[in-house]
Amino acid sequence: MHSSAIFLIEFGAIILGLGLLGRLAGRLQFSPIPLYLLAGLAFGEGGLLPLGTSEGFVAIGAEIGVILLLLMLGLEYTASDLVSNLKTQYPAGLVDATLNALPGAAMALLLGWGPVAAVVLAGVTWISSSGVIAKVLGDLGRLGNRETPVILSILVLEDLSMAVYLPILTALLAGAGIAAGSLTLAIALGVAGLVLVLAVRYGRHISRFVSSDDPEKLLLVVLGLTLLVAGIAQQLQVSAAVGAFLVGIALSGEVAEGAHNLLAPLRDLFAAVFFVFFGLHTDPASIPPVLLPALALAVVTTATKIATGYWAAKRADVGVKGRWRAGGTLVARGEFSIVIAGLAVTAGIEPSLGPLATAYVLILVVVGPLTARYTEPVAAFLTRRKGGSTPPPATERLPEESAETVRSGPAGTA
Amino acid sequence: MPAPRMSTTPLPGIGVQYDLTTREHRHLSVIAHRDGTRTVNVYRADDPDACAQSLHLNEAETASLIDALAPSHHSPNLLSTTDLGLVAERIELSSTSYWNGRVLGDTKMRTETGASLVAVLRRAQAVPSPTPDFRLAGGDILIVIGTREGVEAAAAILGRE
Repeated sequence: MHSSAIFLIEFGAIILGLGLLGRLAGRLQFSPIPLYLLAGLAFGEGGLLPLGTSEGFVAIGAEIGVILLLLMLGLEYTASDLVSNLKTQYPAGLVDATLNALPGAAMALLLGWGPVAAVVLAGVTWISSSGVIAKVLGDLGRLGNRETPVILSILVLEDLSMAVYLPILTALLAGAGIAAGSLTLAIALGVAGLVLVLAVRYGRHISRFVSSDDPEKLLLVVLGLTLLVAGIAQQLQVSAAVGAFLVGIALSGEVAEGAHNLLAPLRDLFAAVFFVFFGLHTDPASIPPVLLPALALAVVTTATKIATGYWAAKRADVGVKGRWRAGGTLVARGEFSIVIAGLAVTAGIEPSLGPLATAYVLILVVVGPLTARYTEPVAAFLTRRKGGSTPPPATERLPEESAETVRSGPAGTA
Repeated sequence: MPAPRMSTTPLPGIGVQYDLTTREHRHLSVIAHRDGTRTVNVYRADDPDACAQSLHLNEAETASLIDALAPSHHSPNLLSTTDLGLVAERIELSSTSYWNGRVLGDTKMRTETGASLVAVLRRAQAVPSPTPDFRLAGGDILIVIGTREGVEAAAAILGRE
């Protein structure tokens, strides 16, 4: 049989399988990510059906998947969103980073994996899944709740932190020394800062250059530009994903809207390929040994995320129930934990890291929507004897600054 | 009565939220999603931070709701939504109108525009199907039905000062 025929059959079977799994996930009302990962495990080394010829294409597809994931994330936000969030919410961001990154790092050190793995695992446990969380908020009818802006701004800060974290990680994984690493980091921060400034100042011009009434041309221009910038970023050791994220930030307004609609199906396809690819590179037999650490990590970081959300919502003057809801909602980890672990796996550090991340994400992507739903009632049940404090009456509740209320006229500052 | 306070909160990645607190201290919000849909939220009395109801409306549903909420409508403008191509419009005569004190026949409205005057609302009463010798007065509200162009032309005639 011709090798291209074999490739088509293999790749077609993978995509079809993913489609059917996605439908199953839709039926069960949860994120398809864990199913894609499991599919990858099933196909990969030591799995049921080892693949042959399509391996190379899947690897490239996975790269593109990561780039598209980050591009779409960048498109979601405008540069001014990021800057205003950074100004008002940075304490929440710091608390979030400290509470949730440390357990991951500690676990890696406990397992004796060394500092680089510690930085990787810190990222895996730190970043919540904005995709899963946005969906859960919509499903539970909580988009209008007062804790929602708090949740979203934490997610924004995490995503923005990725722009700093990924270059550091890329440098570490490349085995760069302190000097080379610092240089890379300086370049990365400089570029990220420059792009933010450009996007805030000249976002309209950049968008006008890219803008096109014809969807076909818009798609080609945006995709081409993104891949080009991602490639250059990779060449500069900044990480392709960050390059793509910054392109997304720089595009705004109608262009972002149009590109978003055009690229969503592509992103879905390649992101699914990416999750499969990650699963492919994980030997199912390697998961049971790391199941216990993964479980422990999941329990600890569920608690720390709840604490983070509670604290951040309290800071924004949200009532007690809302604080618990904010905490429970933030628990889900997903695509970006896998993106981070994926970088480490491709770089070939600690072999157990991939399986641990897989198990960890599998647990939390399923548990996250549940904690979002039930943290508040459970907390209410446990604290009922104390009698929850009531929120102040509505008369005194001005729109709070901490939820970044923008008023017409001069903005009042707290 | 002071204008109610409307505040906006950006929801990064989702859209913008508009909040309104009513005179009775009840809280309403509308989220404008980036895809043009809207979510209307009503809050719980026992937990003002949480939505009791959260309705997601598409653009057509939003338009119907706006229609029902718009203060200038006392009843939905049924004719304009039918496929007959007819519109009904309320046209008010100003107190300085040229037609103040003149009879309806003088306007030659039906001849000129093809639009019909079906009723005149004056203070608290309505005069259905006024005859050509009906005397108009400033402040009258005329209900005119016709094609879009016809009603526009009628409004132009009636607007004469």
